[in-house]
Amino acid sequence: MNNLLIPNPKEAESIHIIREVAAQFERPVLLFSGGKDSITLVRLAQKAFYPARIPFPLLHVDTGHNFPETIAFRDKLVEELGLELIVRNVQDSIDQGKVREERGRYSSRNSLQTTTLLDAIEEFKFDACIGGARRDEEKARAKERVFSVRDDFGQWDEKNQRPELFDMLNGKIHVGQNVRCFPISNWTELDVWEYIKTENIEIPSIYFAHEREVFLRDGMIWTANEHVFREDHEEVLVKMVRFRTVGDMTCTAAVFSEAVSLEDVVGEIRDSSISERGARIDDKRSEAAMEKRKKVGYF
Amino acid sequence: MSENRKLIKIATAGSVDDGKSTLIGRLLYDTKSLTTDKIEAIERSSKQRGYDYLDFSLATDGLVAEREQGITIDVAHIYFNTDKTNFIVADTPGHVEYTRNMVTGASTSQVAIILIDARKGVIEQTYRHFFIANLLRISHVVVAINKMDLVDYDEEVYLKIKADFDVLVAKSDFTEDQINFIPVSALKGENIARQSEEMPWYVGNTLLHHLEVLEPADLQESSVARFPVQYVIRPKTEAWHDFRGFSGMLYGGNLKVGDEVTLLPSMNTSTIKSIHYFDQEIQEAAPGSSIAITLDTEVDLSRGDMLVKSSSVPRSEKQLTATICQVNSKPLKVGGKYILQHGVNRVLAKVDQIESRIHTDFTGTETADQLKLNDIGRVHFRLSKPIHFDTYKENKANGSFILIEEGEYDTVSVGFIE
Repeated sequence: MNNLLIPNPKEAESIHIIREVAAQFERPVLLFSGGKDSITLVRLAQKAFYPARIPFPLLHVDTGHNFPETIAFRDKLVEELGLELIVRNVQDSIDQGKVREERGRYSSRNSLQTTTLLDAIEEFKFDACIGGARRDEEKARAKERVFSVRDDFGQWDEKNQRPELFDMLNGKIHVGQNVRCFPISNWTELDVWEYIKTENIEIPSIYFAHEREVFLRDGMIWTANEHVFREDHEEVLVKMVRFRTVGDMTCTAAVFSEAVSLEDVVGEIRDSSISERGARIDDKRSEAAMEKRKKVGYF
Repeated sequence: MSENRKLIKIATAGSVDDGKSTLIGRLLYDTKSLTTDKIEAIERSSKQRGYDYLDFSLATDGLVAEREQGITIDVAHIYFNTDKTNFIVADTPGHVEYTRNMVTGASTSQVAIILIDARKGVIEQTYRHFFIANLLRISHVVVAINKMDLVDYDEEVYLKIKADFDVLVAKSDFTEDQINFIPVSALKGENIARQSEEMPWYVGNTLLHHLEVLEPADLQESSVARFPVQYVIRPKTEAWHDFRGFSGMLYGGNLKVGDEVTLLPSMNTSTIKSIHYFDQEIQEAAPGSSIAITLDTEVDLSRGDMLVKSSSVPRSEKQLTATICQVNSKPLKVGGKYILQHGVNRVLAKVDQIESRIHTDFTGTETADQLKLNDIGRVHFRLSKPIHFDTYKENKANGSFILIEEGEYDTVSVGFIE
């Protein structure tokens, strides 16, 4: 038995937020991407409710362009922890004619996820969606609340946000509204990696250096794969790379790396001079890219 | 997350054009917290605007609308760290309408940096920012006298501003050791991370060093333990058949196994049987811990109730007086009914009387029949059920509340219990 618990302030705050979600909402769901942030959320939720099970399901909005390693990891995690997993597919939204597939050089299904997500929220009547967004990721996210109210259309009104005072969270909403909840708002990328290391949390293999067929474009390393548009002159190379974020293959760039262990990865992040979203091709489209996507209901 | 790294939470306040965003951008740059792609973005934007210097304010000004206006309009959170310390900065705007934002940012902060433009000196805005720091009982205030480069790094200017500010300090609850003055140039990086050679007359710490060595009082603050029940954990599995864990965050003081506790509102007593942190059983928990507690007797205890040591029970009353800051454009009126959220507990509240509106420049009070956005006043409430509170002075977490209006459920006020 340990004598005295001195809390890790960021972890304690996150557990507090997750318990608030479970207490204040009737049908919460955890948005699970298979990435390190959502894996961290799952660990925090385990801690919040132990020895009971996590009292809400996970929702994965699958673009069909995920790395196969991520999907395999997702299924294993769900199985081991006895979690409930709901999967909704962007392909279905495309087949139903609700969204149209992008074409060409920078085509991606990343922005199409929004429609599939909003449909799933409506289908299951979710009133709270727990997400792994962090304020340090991107400028527009720096102003996001921990509890962020969205209207029936999933829209974010940045001028009309509820102020959040002390650690009191106001999740009162009307029918049709829902709240995006961000328990690790105050964590940095390094915090997440150090936590994964301290807690010895398993993560998908693509976060570690591995050999992969890639090609170079605009100074970024792209996965060479049937889902990723590639010009004929863009030559396929085999390189040691790893990923710092796990999104779609179409919008997640790799970094050259030799980091094969968590220790290596944490060291690399600590010394790193490129931000995590710097490897997100979708953010490069314009300076205000993220803010525009948030307004229409992106995570 | 390195457990031996200290966490310091800072709120910044300044008027429009005091260079607050530049100061934060400079702190990020000097601590190497800006990544290459961010620096490139700043260089690109600065060049586009035709500046001959790096506009660090572009590192923090997030939203499109405010970039267009060139001012910050909401609270933004910014993170950086040094080897010893993790910092969270709540960047709050200084525009006259935005008192609510500073109150919001300051509510989660231990340190306030108040910026003063060396050319303008102490102005009305400075009074307001300091008033809020005082109201929220921030444990340290750093007065950063900025743009010293534009006044030839003149010590006289610094001394004059310090003297003017000391007049305010005398009117506040702060003691002198809670306030520090640092002459800086955020644009040039003087006395930010690097000791300025332009101001040899200043012998104190640089801003960054000062922030690193601070030991904000509320990091070690030890008052009395308060444990509001947030969520009851009942696994209903074979292995944990009879387990009933009362989960929540512990405030104010330690709790340990064997402590005699009183449960509110029932006033029943019990003893702590076990304390759980995930799959570990622990003997004792320090304030700020998110834990689950089991008791050695069957008790009726649910969300919103409170568990305290029997030796120090808080007040339980249906009437209270509080200083209110109005944080929404819907005014607070006599007779108005609200949902009062005190920690995780909610009751209904009615405004009995608005005693006064308080001038935020330390010049006293006036009568008022309502409190409008950004007003601060003293208000009497009547509640549908008693809440179990301390004064804000005794225990910040158990001495504050928010009011939620019943139409849109907006958070309209924050209260500090007297």
